Amino acid sequence: MELTPPGPPVQEGQDAVLRARGLRKRYGDLEVVAGVSFAIARGECFGLLGPNGAGKTTTLRLCLGLIAPDGGEIELLGEPVPPRARVARRAVGVVPQMDNLDPDFTVAENLLVYGRYFGLEDATIRTRLPELLDFAGLAGRASSRIQTLSGGMRRRLLLARALVNDPELVFMDEPTTGLDPQARHVIWDRLKQLLARGKTILLTTHFMEEAERLCDRIAIMDRGRFIAEGTPRELIARHVEPHVVEVHGDGLGEWSAVEGARLAARIERSGETAFSYAADAAPLVASLDRAAGLRYLHRPASLEDVFLKLTGRELRD
Amino acid sequence: MHAVYALPRLSLRFIPVWRRNFLVWTKLAAPSVLFNLADPTIYMLGLGYGLGAFLPEVGGVPYIAFLAAGTICFSTMNTATFEALYSAFSRMHVQRTWDAIINAPLALDDVVLAELVWAASKSVLSGLAILVVVYALGVVTSPLALATLLVVPLIGLCFGALGLAISALAPSYDFFSYYFTLVITPMAMLCGVFFPLEQLPQPLRIVAEILPLSHAVALVRPLTFGALPQEVLLHVAVLLAYGVAGFYAATVLFRRRLAS
Repeated sequence: MELTPPGPPVQEGQDAVLRARGLRKRYGDLEVVAGVSFAIARGECFGLLGPNGAGKTTTLRLCLGLIAPDGGEIELLGEPVPPRARVARRAVGVVPQMDNLDPDFTVAENLLVYGRYFGLEDATIRTRLPELLDFAGLAGRASSRIQTLSGGMRRRLLLARALVNDPELVFMDEPTTGLDPQARHVIWDRLKQLLARGKTILLTTHFMEEAERLCDRIAIMDRGRFIAEGTPRELIARHVEPHVVEVHGDGLGEWSAVEGARLAARIERSGETAFSYAADAAPLVASLDRAAGLRYLHRPASLEDVFLKLTGRELRD
Repeated sequence: MHAVYALPRLSLRFIPVWRRNFLVWTKLAAPSVLFNLADPTIYMLGLGYGLGAFLPEVGGVPYIAFLAAGTICFSTMNTATFEALYSAFSRMHVQRTWDAIINAPLALDDVVLAELVWAASKSVLSGLAILVVVYALGVVTSPLALATLLVVPLIGLCFGALGLAISALAPSYDFFSYYFTLVITPMAMLCGVFFPLEQLPQPLRIVAEILPLSHAVALVRPLTFGALPQEVLLHVAVLLAYGVAGFYAATVLFRRRLAS
């Protein structure tokens, strides 16, 4: 599997577009963000991964200055947050998780009205419109009403709206959740174009494939903390064995207990499937070829294996 | 914690948000004006000419002329209230428009101020529409009645602010029924819209004197008769006090609501 080359790690004192130190946020008895520190370098794509309720969205809201932290420091584009968050947001774009396009407006009006919130002149916004619409694949739909757009189009319009102020840094909260594969690939392609133009992206996701494809660096977040951080390759190399053999079928229990336990470095059972992790998969595969009734899939370890190992396999609702 | 209770920060940054609401309104203006105009006009004409036929004179004038001022105030109050309740709540809670706006370099305070000024703007249009009708019918003739237009924005700001505070507290649209039943309807009945305050028994009259709509009526009614209102400062001060208190409460409550 092809992985994105590692991005530049941020050195202390280096030009970071976003820096957070010891961030904390508590709601009632629950510490939703429990001491988070990170820095994002210019031009980097930083991914925040985690199960539902891990604190990803709260971290984004803290960094945007929409809520006040209970502890820690934030610097967004050189401005202290929350005190100067409003000023810092002039050069920030936000793609929200929930569609909050203006349903009463056309595509073009949504962009025009949003641009005004940045203090942009109508004429300035209008000159940017064709490029934004083109980028969103909505050329020719300027006068369409929002209700007539598909889910993918609406998400692309949200992305275009986040770019109306030509931001340096774009926050994206689960940019492809709920989209079909075609629409998702289009969004990924657009995000790569943005990175190629030197924009910085901070995204949250629970799609591992998305994180592997786009992110230079990833932080896995759980219960308000970063539990792992690095490039996708580093995380895989550091936390899991390189080969995975997924086994299911009749006699799985017996095979796991005897052959699996002997040949795999580690076995995780999830429902009717045993995930066997190994540095060398050949002995496992050979054993499975002899076992009648068992079926298997041999694949390289992925970020998803890291994620499940670190955050567990139980449901998070 | 103290930041939540800070005084609202007023800034001209509210203008692009006001313009957003205005742009939506231009798309729906025809039905909107009709609602703002038809409802109160029908009340006024029905009661004024129908019920008025049984009455000799009310407050020294024909009943319809008496009703004109009440209708202007009532209609202004209603328009500001509806906008601050249903429309603002819909933008905040249902459409999440406010979330989108505060991701831009605008603060929540800017949005709340924009909603207040917008509710007042719409209510001014309402009051103006009624004024045009009563002039056209010849119910009101004095040019001094035009001075009503100075009072109407104040009424709109007052009730817009109170409505926003209620919106900030509302879990859903149903909550607004309480406000209408417990606050708006009593105000319409007690504050001199349909009959002079002096008719009320003393205890009810005291209640009426406390409510802001009485003070709106006390300013507007003399103007529609071509006279200058009494105790102008007192009435203006009461409307302002309700408006300022409502706006402060709304700002604090929205800050608490949207920061959780």
